[in-house]
This record gives sequence, C-alpha cells and structure tokens, in this order.
Amino acid sequence: MALDLPFIWAALIAFAVLAYVVLDGFDLGVGILFPLFPEKHDRDVMMNSVAPVWDGNETWLVLGGGGLMAVFPLAYATIMPALYAPIIAMLIGLIFRGVAFEYRWRTKRAEYLWNWAFAGGSTLAAFAQGLALGALVQGIPIEDRAYAGGWWDWLTPFSIVTGVAIVVGYALLGATWLIMKTRGDLAERARSIALKCAFGTIAAMGIVSLWTPFLERVYLQRWFGWPTAIFSVIVPLLVLGCLYLLLKGIQERRDAQPFLAALGLFVLGYIGIGISFYPYMVPPSLTIWDAAAPNESLAFLLVGALVLVPIILAYTAYAYWVFRGKVDPEEGYH
Amino acid sequence: MFEAFDATLLARIQFAFTVSFHIIFPAFSIGLASYLAVLEALWLWKKDAVYLELFNFWKTIFAVAFGMGVVSGIVMSYQFGTNWSVFSDKAGPIIGPLMGYEVLTAFFLEAGFLGIMLFGLNRVGPRLHFLATVMVAIGTLISATWILSANSWMQTPAGFATNEAGQFIPVDWWAIIFNPSFPYRLVHMVLAAYLTTALVVGACGAWHLLHNTAPRRARTMFSMAMWMAAIVAPIQIFAGDQHGLNTLEHQPAKVMAMEGHYHSHPDGAPLVLFGIPNSAEKRIDYAIEVPKLGSLILKHDLDAPLAGLDTIPDELHPPVAVVFWSFRVMVGMGLAMLGIGLWSLWCRYRGTLDGDIWLHRAAVLMGPAGFVAVLAGWITTEVGRQPYTVYGHLLTANSIAPIEAPAIGASLVAFIVVYFLVFGAGTFYILRLMARLPRDTMPELDEGPLRTAGVTPGPATAKPHGGHHGS
Repeated sequence: MALDLPFIWAALIAFAVLAYVVLDGFDLGVGILFPLFPEKHDRDVMMNSVAPVWDGNETWLVLGGGGLMAVFPLAYATIMPALYAPIIAMLIGLIFRGVAFEYRWRTKRAEYLWNWAFAGGSTLAAFAQGLALGALVQGIPIEDRAYAGGWWDWLTPFSIVTGVAIVVGYALLGATWLIMKTRGDLAERARSIALKCAFGTIAAMGIVSLWTPFLERVYLQRWFGWPTAIFSVIVPLLVLGCLYLLLKGIQERRDAQPFLAALGLFVLGYIGIGISFYPYMVPPSLTIWDAAAPNESLAFLLVGALVLVPIILAYTAYAYWVFRGKVDPEEGYH
Repeated sequence: MFEAFDATLLARIQFAFTVSFHIIFPAFSIGLASYLAVLEALWLWKKDAVYLELFNFWKTIFAVAFGMGVVSGIVMSYQFGTNWSVFSDKAGPIIGPLMGYEVLTAFFLEAGFLGIMLFGLNRVGPRLHFLATVMVAIGTLISATWILSANSWMQTPAGFATNEAGQFIPVDWWAIIFNPSFPYRLVHMVLAAYLTTALVVGACGAWHLLHNTAPRRARTMFSMAMWMAAIVAPIQIFAGDQHGLNTLEHQPAKVMAMEGHYHSHPDGAPLVLFGIPNSAEKRIDYAIEVPKLGSLILKHDLDAPLAGLDTIPDELHPPVAVVFWSFRVMVGMGLAMLGIGLWSLWCRYRGTLDGDIWLHRAAVLMGPAGFVAVLAGWITTEVGRQPYTVYGHLLTANSIAPIEAPAIGASLVAFIVVYFLVFGAGTFYILRLMARLPRDTMPELDEGPLRTAGVTPGPATAKPHGGHHGS
C-alpha cells in the first residue's frame, strides 16, 4: 500500500464517485418516487426540494468521468466500451430527468409527459448505474490496452440484481430526504415508503454481499482470508447499527436522522466494494498502477484538486445551507 | 442494420451530432450569463425596476438553456470513452487534466451558485444574490477557457512527448495550455458567444417593439443588444482574421480547404468568393474569384506565393467541400452582423432606433444568425482538422473504440430521436418565454434593492409571484 500519486488519486476518484452516489442518489430517488405521489401539489414540492441543488449533485458525475479520463485513462478507455449500453442508457435517462426540472413548469398541457420523463429518466439512470456497478464487480477482461469481452457481458443475473438494488437504495435516500424537507401528509407517506425501502435496501445489500465472493477468487480471499476477514465482521455490524438508527429515526419522527442513517448505509456498502476491489481499478485486469496516467498528469491535476475540492465542498455546503429547512410550498421562481 | 456502415464514420457522425447540439447552449448561456450580471448590476446601481424585470425575464430563459447545456454536456464527457477509447487512452493524460480543471473550476461554480441565482433572492438578499449571478457568469467564461485550451491542443499540439504505450505525455503544462492557437480560438469563441446572445436579445426586443408590447423593457433590451452587436461585430471580424493567419501558420491544409486552393499559386493567389469544390478533379467549378486578393488577405502582399493542397498527400486532405462552404456561411453571417450593427448606429444617430420597422424586422430575422455562425465556425475548424484528432500525430481512424458499427449506429439513432424530442421541446419553450411579456416582479422590490445584511434567516416570506405557468 504505497502512498504515491496513483493511490492518492484512486482515493480521490473513489471520493468523487461516493459524493455523486449519495448526493445525486437522493435527487434521483425523488424522481423514482414520483409515481407514488400522484398529487400535483406534492410533486411541485418534491421537485422544488431538489431543484436548487440537483445540478451541483450531478457535477460529481462529470468529475468522475472527466477525472477518470485524466488520471486513469486506461481504465476510462476500457470501462466505457465494456459498459457501452448501460452508459448510453444512463445518459439518456439523465437527459430526460434533467430537462424535466425546467420543462415541467413551462407547460400545462404536456406536464404529465415531463412528470413521466422525470420519473422514468431517474429510474432508468439509477438502474443503468446499478447495472454498470454489477458489471464492474463481475470483472472486465482486457487485452492489449482494450476491452476484450462481448457486447452483452454486462447483462447477467448479478448485474440485474445490483441494478434493482441501486434503484431501491436511491428510493430510500429520496424518501428520507423528503422526510427531512417536507411537512404534513407528504412527509407521512415518505415515512411509510422509507420503511419499506429500508428493508428492501438491506435485503439487496445482503444478497449482493453473499453473491460477490463467489464471482471472483480475489473477493473470496479478501472476505474470508486473514487478516482482511476482520472487515467481514465489522462492516455488517455497522450496517445493522445504521439500520437501527434509520428505523428508530422513522419511528420517532426525527427529521434528519433517517436521511443521515441512509447515507451511512450507502457509505458502508461503498466501503465494502472498495475493500473488495483494492488494489484493482478494473478487476481483475488492471490495478490502480496499471491504469494510472503518467505522474506529470497526476501531479498537475492533484495540485488543483487539493486546493479546489475543499473550496467546492465549502460553497456547496453554503448552497445547501441557504436552502435549509422545510420546503415552502409557495416558493420557487416559476 | 448498420453492418454496411463504417464504425469510424458512425462515431464521427455521432460526435458531430451531439457536439453540434451541445455547443448551441453554451454559446447562448456564456453570453446570457454575462448579460444577466450586467442587468443585475444596473439594477443595484440605478435602482431602476426595468433592469430587475429584464433580469427575471431572461433568468428563466437562461435556466432552460443552461439545463439543456448541462445534460448535453454530460453526454460529451462520457462519449470520449464509449466511442473514442483509443483517443482517451492516448490523449487522456493531456486532455483529461484540462477537462478535469474545467469541472473543478467552472462546472461546480456554475452549479453551486445557479440554485441561489434562480431561487435565492429572498433568502440571501440582493448583494449576495448579485455575487451568485457574477459567479455563474465567471464560471461560464472559465469553462470556455479550459475546453478551448483542450480543443486548441488537439489542433496545435505542443509541450508533450510520447511513451512506449503510445500515450501523449505532458512535458510542459504551460506550453500545453497556452498552445499556439489557444488565445486566438478563445477570443474568437467568447466574442461569438456574446454576439450570439446579443442577436437573440435584440431579436426578442425587436419582436416586442414590432408588437408594441412592454415598450420600455423592449426598448431597453433592444438598445443594449444593438450596442453589443455594433461594437463586437467589427472586433470579431478582426479577431477571426487573426485566427485565420494563425491557422495558416500551424494548419495550412485547413486554410487551403477553406480557401478552395487545390493548387499552389507561385505569384499571388486569388480569393475564391463562390464556386463548387470538385475534389475528384481538384478544381473549383464555376468559381467567382478576385485575383491576388487571397495573397493580400493571408500574406498582406499581392504577389506572395501561396501553397495549395497539391503540396500535401491526398490521404491527408480534409474534406474540402464541407470546410469551403461552412467557412463561407460563417463569414457571411459575420458580415450580416456587422451590417445590422452599423445600421443600428445610423438609426441611433438619426433618433429612429425605436421606430424603424425595417431595422426591427431585420433584427428578428437575424436572431438565429449567431447560432448558424457558431456551428459553421466549429464545422470549419473540426472538419478542417481531419484526418487527425491530434493534429499531425494521431489519425481519427486510429482513435476509435473497438466498438462494432451496430452498437454505435443504435446509440446514434437513440441520440437523434431523444435530442430532437427533448431539445426541440426546449427550444419551443424558450421561444414561448421570449414571446411572453417581460413579467412584473414582486411589487415590494420595485423601489430598488432592499437593505438586508446578508442572509435572511429562516424560510422565505416572499409572496408568490404573479404570473402563471405556461399556457
């Protein structure tokens, strides 16, 4: 475990992807939950709860893609062709839901269409991200600096399960976000949905965790070999702790606790994947060091990232602070 | 389906299609973000409600255009990997960090402050709100800087070496960022964005003047837009000429294609005004040309020799017809913009700026001219770069991902359907917003900015806006 530039960058890219998952996760989740809230007033409030921040959340996805090309170009150049169809599907989903934030307010007649675009696009994007995750965990064959598998390799029972898992998980984030940001009947229904999603998420995490070690020998050794097996005990215990806080937060009608606990679940699941992956960037073909760009590229971008990422986090936090508290149904510039 | 097609051709069509759609939105939002910052500054300074009304009017249009720019931009950031993976592997160490800096310095800034700009006036007060507007405007300009640096490096690569894996290795970042064509391209594109926005704002103002709706607001925006066109159009023509001379120095084949010079002219080259490029016969059919003028423009000397495409192997020629025509479209649009700028100055001098119906009609007609010019200009420079992705070092044919044609064809069809549907709807909504009256804002703010010391705590207490959604 050398603390060199590729390792630092792997940690930074991992952070960017995690930031994306937890931030865009809840606003995608709000879109996924749209069909369960048929009232126009509820939908207006739901959309306004994420409208000021969704664009910043999605920027982490651009950083993940652009950053990967910059610092691990070989990983970017092999993962993207390998996951061609899910990536295109994700992009199309994101187009529909992204424009829906603006278009929905611009028309009475076609409003129902943009409601569907928002819900369908969010769900498609989430499912495609889950497919991509599953396909990456399964492993991507590479020969001679290029993807060497088939065009349908990404579609397996395992990747479909991870796809569904991400949709349910994002729905949990969305529901707990709504508990935090809304009032009255809307928040009540968000609570009951969050409860169902919580059990769904835990079930999905369990299935994926039990399945993963049997996909790759490396994962098996990591989770059942000494000393790394320590994690196999610690991570599930922490997951159960988060679940307890989540259920208790819903039951005691707390505002922020369910959301924070749901974020905790995602962070733990993500750490679990990270433990499985290390030292691979693209299992089982490329390590972090195989995929890394030359040090001149890594150093040049690292200087900026170390200065800019804290600043970005600061003004992003400020933007969230400006829009803190419950959504006022009367607000919005539309 | 698609088996008959060549994967490289399909990938090129997909890139051209998605990037053409994408560039339309930044070209508009770069200029519009600066215009919004100016409007809000004028409101804070002069306390005149007309500026706040115009700000709110254009802010909504900006939000729609910006949203379209964001979603079409995400497609671009992943397309390099899906369709051009070999290019990404080889050029990623140089192009990647430039785009990474674009995200870190521009995209987050724009996105972080956009929410406050759109929704936050009542929550943060006018001054912080103005700061947010300025941040969004600065973000758009920073974004243009990085992405044009990356594109310019592909056109005029500098400051690099290569390694045994065939990757471009950065040697001197200063030389990479400030590569030979970057300053020219940046100035040319930012001016283009400002002109594009000025023409749209001018067309909108002219339309409302013709229909006599909201005369004061219409007059104000029309006058501002015409000042912009009158000042920037001549500067842009000069900047474009300088950019052309820089291209002649670094990418002579591109200029030969732009000028239609299949053959060398040892004693003074003509300027071909129009004609039909015939690459099979290596000549311009039906050419209308001015003798010696080509050498005068490019070499500032009537009799200077000018090399033609005959000095370059056939397989390295860019597609002449496309470059030749797109260049003429761009120049034609530029001259038309200069014309309307001068016309507006003449009317201003005569005192008929608000009353000249023909000027207003011409301004409405010129509304899309900026977009046409931007697209034609990008087609000129990008098609003129062929057959290379990294000029002189990496062929387009060797940049493509190992993806089979049917997959690229299927995704191309999907993008075409989605883009026309989604961005067609967006364009319709923007046009409808423009046709609407610039709406009255909250009456309590019409007296000028409220004096608040920064953040107003707690939830907003604003009354809901008057006005209604859509139709």
